[in-house]
Amino acid sequence: MIQLKNVSYTYENDEQNSPAVCDVTMDVRRGEFLAVLGHNGSGKSTLAKLFNAILIPTKGQVLVDGMDTADEDKVWEIRRKVGMVFQNPDNQIVATIVEDDVAFGPENLGVPPKEIRARVDEALKAVGMYAYRHQEPHKLSGGQKQRVAVAGIIAMRTDCIVFDESTAMIDPQGRREVMDTILRLNRELGITVVLITHFMEEAVQADRVIVMDSGRIAAAGKPETVFADEAFLERTGLELPPAAKLASMLRKSGVDLPKNILTPESCAQALLAAAQKAGVV
Amino acid sequence: MIRDITIGQYLPGKSFLHKMDPRAKILWTLAYVIVIFLCKNFWSLGLMVVAAVGMLLLSRVPLRMMWKSLKPLVPILLFTGVLNLFYSKTGTVLWTWKFLTITDRGVYTGAFMVIRILSLVSVSALLTYTTTPTALTDGIERLLSPLKIFKIPVQSLAMMMTLALRFIPTLIEEIDRIMSAQKARGADLESGGFLKRAKALLPILIPLFVSAFRRAYDLAFAMECRCYQGGDGRTRMKQMKLGARDFVGLALLALLIAGVILLNRFFVPLL
Repeated sequence: MIQLKNVSYTYENDEQNSPAVCDVTMDVRRGEFLAVLGHNGSGKSTLAKLFNAILIPTKGQVLVDGMDTADEDKVWEIRRKVGMVFQNPDNQIVATIVEDDVAFGPENLGVPPKEIRARVDEALKAVGMYAYRHQEPHKLSGGQKQRVAVAGIIAMRTDCIVFDESTAMIDPQGRREVMDTILRLNRELGITVVLITHFMEEAVQADRVIVMDSGRIAAAGKPETVFADEAFLERTGLELPPAAKLASMLRKSGVDLPKNILTPESCAQALLAAAQKAGVV
Repeated sequence: MIRDITIGQYLPGKSFLHKMDPRAKILWTLAYVIVIFLCKNFWSLGLMVVAAVGMLLLSRVPLRMMWKSLKPLVPILLFTGVLNLFYSKTGTVLWTWKFLTITDRGVYTGAFMVIRILSLVSVSALLTYTTTPTALTDGIERLLSPLKIFKIPVQSLAMMMTLALRFIPTLIEEIDRIMSAQKARGADLESGGFLKRAKALLPILIPLFVSAFRRAYDLAFAMECRCYQGGDGRTRMKQMKLGARDFVGLALLALLIAGVILLNRFFVPLL
């Protein structure tokens, strides 16, 4: 659904003139959950902004459903297809009442009032914020605000949502809420999700992972493959997901565990199996 | 705590006035403010006071709340009342002391002015008590929308107002955070004279401005991502419809204006 062909992007005010994104070729497939990983300054946020024509590549081409993001006439149509949720929930909520904010997108699209009402209710229910529809956004918690922001994009009926470090500024509890919402959107509503993050435990839930390092794609593939190479992750400044790290440490101290452990659940299962094999339980 | 700040002074409720269309309410208040300055004697002013009391009853706003919004006015009321008391030189003299004289006309004008200001402020306060800031902005936007013919960007102006309302609590929180941060670094914000304290505000204002610009930048991106292209072609989820209630209200307004005109004509003007 989104194709990048040899895309480079250099910020205009960058003194060294080094590209933030350099010769990237990749695609986002319809319906998938793609995670983009990378440490600070790896170019992952810049990459995200290229997906829906906030930034236009200085070299190469970005196609959204065949539309070139450099084509100014197509900008609004592209943004109808690819929505974006940003890092700071406070800076993306525009209205003083939750439901009015969710209505903002469809209102801009010129959707008839009755239809907006239906979409807003549906979107708020999808993120579990329907009960708060008459609340003022500043009285909500970080996770709740971010879910309102997500509802605002869902109400626009975009095919794809890009989350640009949307969980970075909220507390662990809120982060779990948002992650659960993201997973549900992908699995149940079939929305294509691109999750930009530096939290490994979020990336392991994705169908596919792309690791960015100094503007280039350093690795791409299923989470199991990408996270298998510990030395590589270290080189790119990333850590193993917590469960994988625990498993790796246990393996080093002689516990017999398989190599594909990424989530707390699979770790617990493997540990149980190992304990049974060793006759401890 | 700071989280609980409510913007404006809206009092949630389900009264007649709460349910009225904001446009009708804004018109009512505007007309009231104009008409009260056309009152020429106590009879027409009395009718306006009756109207104000009627509205207060219809709004079910507690008297205690009304008093809260009238309290800051007391000095102004006293000043106006006292000044008018001594100002008038015509009429029957009631009391003199050196150069000060009080005539019956002075008493009347003083009372007239005080009553006028009181009803004026009460009615405007009722508008904000019974209407959410959002509804107010929407109402103003729609009332002003004929101005679009003159290329005045009414919708963009309303959007600005909404955003301002939206960001007041956010910025208050921010100020709070910056103040704590500067205090933690040893900033002294409370002591010293006026100049010193004004200077002490600088380390708060600068980070506040920087962050406000950053927020504005982020917000603009977020709005663009949600396809905001200015006012044209936008629809609104909440449609405003004038109902029976609003027509009753507007009919009452017409009667009130007619009443004031009649009472002005049939009774002697006071001033």
